[in-house]
Amino acid sequence: MKKTMTFAAALLAASVLSGMASAKTLVYCSEASPANFDPGTTTGGNDFDASSRTVYSRLVEFKHGGTEVEPGLADKWEISDDGLVYTFHLHPGVKFQTTDYFKPTRDLNADDVVFSFDRQFNKQNPWNGDKYLPNLTWDYYTGMDMPKYVAKWEKVDDLTVKLTLTEPNAPMLANLGMDFASIVSKEYADQLQKDGKMADFSTKPIGTGPFQFVDYQLDSVIRYAANPDYFKGKEKIDDLVFAITPDATARIQKVLAGECDIAPYPNPADIATIKANKDVTLMDQAGLNIGYMSYNTTIPPLDKPEVRHALNQAIDREALIKSLFQDAGATPAENLIPPTMWSWNKDVKTDAYNPEAAKKVLADAGLKEIQLWAADRVRPYNPNFQRAAELIQADWAKVGVKANIVNYEWTKYREEGKKKDRPGAFQIGWTGDNGDPDNFFATLFACSAIGVSNYSSWCDKDFEDLIQKAKKTSDQAERTKLYEQAQVIFAKQAPAFLLAHSQVYAVVRNNVSGFKMDPLGIHRFDGVDKAE
Amino acid sequence: MLRYLLNKVALLIPTLVGITICAFAFVRLLPGDPILAMAGEHGVTPARYEELKQQFGYNLPIWEQYARYVGEVATGDFGVSISSKRPVFEEFKTLFPATLELSFFAMIFAMVIGIPAGIFAAVKRGSWFDQSLMGTALVGYSMPIFWWGLLLIIFFSGYLGWTPVSGRIGLQFFLRPITGFMTIDSLIYGKWDAFRSALSHLVLPAIVLGTIPLAVIARQTRSAMLEVLGEDYVRTARAKGLSSARVIGVHALRNALIPVVTTIGLQVGTLLAGAILTETIFAWPGVGKWMVDSIFKRDYVVVQSGLLLIALIVMAVNLIVDVLYAVINPRIRAA
Repeated sequence: MKKTMTFAAALLAASVLSGMASAKTLVYCSEASPANFDPGTTTGGNDFDASSRTVYSRLVEFKHGGTEVEPGLADKWEISDDGLVYTFHLHPGVKFQTTDYFKPTRDLNADDVVFSFDRQFNKQNPWNGDKYLPNLTWDYYTGMDMPKYVAKWEKVDDLTVKLTLTEPNAPMLANLGMDFASIVSKEYADQLQKDGKMADFSTKPIGTGPFQFVDYQLDSVIRYAANPDYFKGKEKIDDLVFAITPDATARIQKVLAGECDIAPYPNPADIATIKANKDVTLMDQAGLNIGYMSYNTTIPPLDKPEVRHALNQAIDREALIKSLFQDAGATPAENLIPPTMWSWNKDVKTDAYNPEAAKKVLADAGLKEIQLWAADRVRPYNPNFQRAAELIQADWAKVGVKANIVNYEWTKYREEGKKKDRPGAFQIGWTGDNGDPDNFFATLFACSAIGVSNYSSWCDKDFEDLIQKAKKTSDQAERTKLYEQAQVIFAKQAPAFLLAHSQVYAVVRNNVSGFKMDPLGIHRFDGVDKAE
Repeated sequence: MLRYLLNKVALLIPTLVGITICAFAFVRLLPGDPILAMAGEHGVTPARYEELKQQFGYNLPIWEQYARYVGEVATGDFGVSISSKRPVFEEFKTLFPATLELSFFAMIFAMVIGIPAGIFAAVKRGSWFDQSLMGTALVGYSMPIFWWGLLLIIFFSGYLGWTPVSGRIGLQFFLRPITGFMTIDSLIYGKWDAFRSALSHLVLPAIVLGTIPLAVIARQTRSAMLEVLGEDYVRTARAKGLSSARVIGVHALRNALIPVVTTIGLQVGTLLAGAILTETIFAWPGVGKWMVDSIFKRDYVVVQSGLLLIALIVMAVNLIVDVLYAVINPRIRAA
C-alpha cells in the first residue's frame, strides 16, 4: 500500500512537473517600467509594449515589421470621396479578455469604439478627467492633432462605426493604428465606475489583444497569459513575462545567461560580444528616425540655398557618422524620411563632401562665423550632440567658418531652438509616430510648424503645396508621387543638413522564432514562438 | 534621558524645514520648463501650455506653491505621480521593503566581514594582513559602485554563471507580496526553492551595496580597537592573566564597539545613496531605482516627494542611533 502511495505521489509530481515544462514561457527583458496600462494616457515606447501591443487591439494595425496599415478590429472600411467620412466594419464575435477581475457579458461592438475615443477629448465624459486619474493630459490624442480633425464618432449599428472629419486628412488611418487609438471595453469601464474603482482601469487592463494581463509587481515583473479567445487565434506561447531591467549591460548579460529570451537596445560597446555569441542573434533595422541640423533660413546669409549647400558640403559626413555611432552603425540620410518608409525617393541624394567647392561659396557669401547648437541629451538619432558639434566645428574651420558651440539643457534647448529668430545651425532629430510621411514632412517642415517644430523657420511655397495636397489625398499611389516631388525640392533647397537614420537593435536567443524588428520602435510578441 | 530625546527631536524641526525647501527648490531650479518637459518632442501650443500650467498649479506665485506643498505634506499627502498617476506614498510603500531588504543584507555583509577584519588588523597591527586590509578598504571605499556592480555581474553571472544577473527572485516564482520582503514572503508561502532563489538574487547587489560600509566599518573598528587596546584597563586585564581572546573579545571589543555602532547608523545615508545606483544596475525594484526612473521621466512630483521621504527615513535612523548611543554610553546623556 505504502509503495503504491509513493508511486502515485511520484506520478503526480511527474505530471505536475511535465505540466509545468509544457507551458511555454517567453521572457522579455524590458528597459523600463510602464507608467500604467492605459495606452491613451501614456507616451513611452515601453508603456506601449506593456499595454497596447500586448493587451489591446485597434481598428487598424500596422503590418508586423512594417508601417503599412492593415485590418485590425475593423475587417474593412470605406472612405467617402470627399475624404471626410470613414466607415469601419467591425469583425464579428470579438471577445474581451476574461480575467479574475472582469468577466465580459457581450462581444466587442461600436459602443466600445466610440467610448475609446470619446473619453480622450469629451470633457463631459467621466473618464476624461480627475474622476478617473489626476492630471490627465491625453498627450498623443492632442499631439496628433485629433481634436482639430475629428468632428464626431458615431455608432451606425453594433458592428459599424462612422468617423467624420472636419477636413480631409489622409494620415488619419495611420493615426488609428497608433497606440493611443487602442480599443478599450466600455462594459468594463461602466462596471468599474459603478464599483467606484475607476483607477483600476489603468492598472488592470482589459482588451481584445493577444495576451491578457495577469499581474504586475511594481518596477519588477509584469506577467501575461495568452488570450484563449483572441480573435486572430491563440498565441503559441502560453505565458509572457516582462522582466524590467533598465541597465543595458545587465539586460544583455541576462539574455546571454538565458534568463531572458529577448532584450532591446544593447550598448554599442556590447555589440561585438553579442555577435561573437552563438546562442543569440543580434537583430537590427533602420529606425524610423532622422538626425539633422536645421539652418535658420530666414537670417542672411543662411537664407541663400547655395550657402546652406556649401555648409553641408564642408562636413565629412561619413567620418562624422562613424565617430558618433561607432559599432552600432547608422544609415546615412539622403532624404528626411528613412528608406523603410513608403514614398522614400531613391533618386534623391544629399550633398556630397566637397570642401574645396564649399570654401569658395562661403567666402563669396562672407560667412565667417556661425552658431552651432548642441544639446546635453542622448537621442536615438544622435548619441552625442556635443561630439557631433565639435567634429562639424573642425570641418567648418577648414573652409574658413568659425563655429561657436551653444549648449543648453534639453528642454531649454528646444525652447530656444524653435524661436523664429534663433541664429545658426541647430542639431535636432525626430522619431516617427505612425509611419506616415506626413508625420515627418508636415510635422518638421510645414509653414504652420514654424515656432513649434520647424527649426529651420523654412516655408517654401512649392514644398508646402505638395505636402498639403498629399495630406488631403486618400490614394496612396498619388500621395507617394507628391512626397517624392517634395523630397526633390527639399534636397534642392537644403533647409537642413541630414545626418543619419540610426539602427535599432534587439538581442534574441536562437530558440525564439517569429520575432520581428519593428520600424515604429515597438516590441510585439504576437506570432512569436519558442523551441524548448 | 527624556530631555536629551526632546532636545534631539527639537533639532530635527529646522532640518525638516530645510529639507522641504531643498526638495521644493531642487525641482524648480532644474533647467527647463516642467510643462515643456512633460509635453515631449511634439511640443505644445501656447493655449495648451497655459491650460497645463494651470492644471499643475505652476501659474501660482512661488511662495503660494511652496505653502500649498508644505500644507499637503503636513497632512500626509505626498502628491500623485505625473507619469503613473498613482499616489507617490503608495508607490513608496510598495517599493521601500525591497530597498530595506537589500540594505539589511548589505549591512549584514559589511558587519560580518568588517568588524572581525577590523579587530584582527588592530591586533596584528603593522602586519601584512593589517597593511593589505587597510589598502583594500581604501580601494573598496573609492570604488565606483556602477563599475563594481557591472564587473561582478559580468564575472560571476556572465562568465561563471554562479549567480543570477539581476532581479529579486527567479521568474518561475510568482508570489503575491505579503510583507514585501521576498525572503520572508517565500518562507510564509513555505517555498524553500523560492527562498533560495531570493537569497541567490541578493548576493551580488548586497556585496556591491555593502562594499563602502564594509570599508568604513573595518577602518573604524580597527582604529577604535587600537585606541582601546592601549587603555589601562586592558593592560590590567592582561596583567590579571586573562587569555588574549577574553581580553580582546570581552574587555576591549565592548568598548571599541561604541563608535562603531554610530558609524553603522550613519551608513544608512550611504546605503540609501548607494541603493540608487545598485538598484538601477541590478534591476532591483526599490526606491532608488524608482527615483532614477522618475528623474529620467521628469516626474517632478515623485522626485520632490521621494527626496523628502528618503530624507525623513535617514533622519529617523539618525535619531534612533543618537538614542542608542546614549543608552550604550551614559556619559552622553549627562553632557
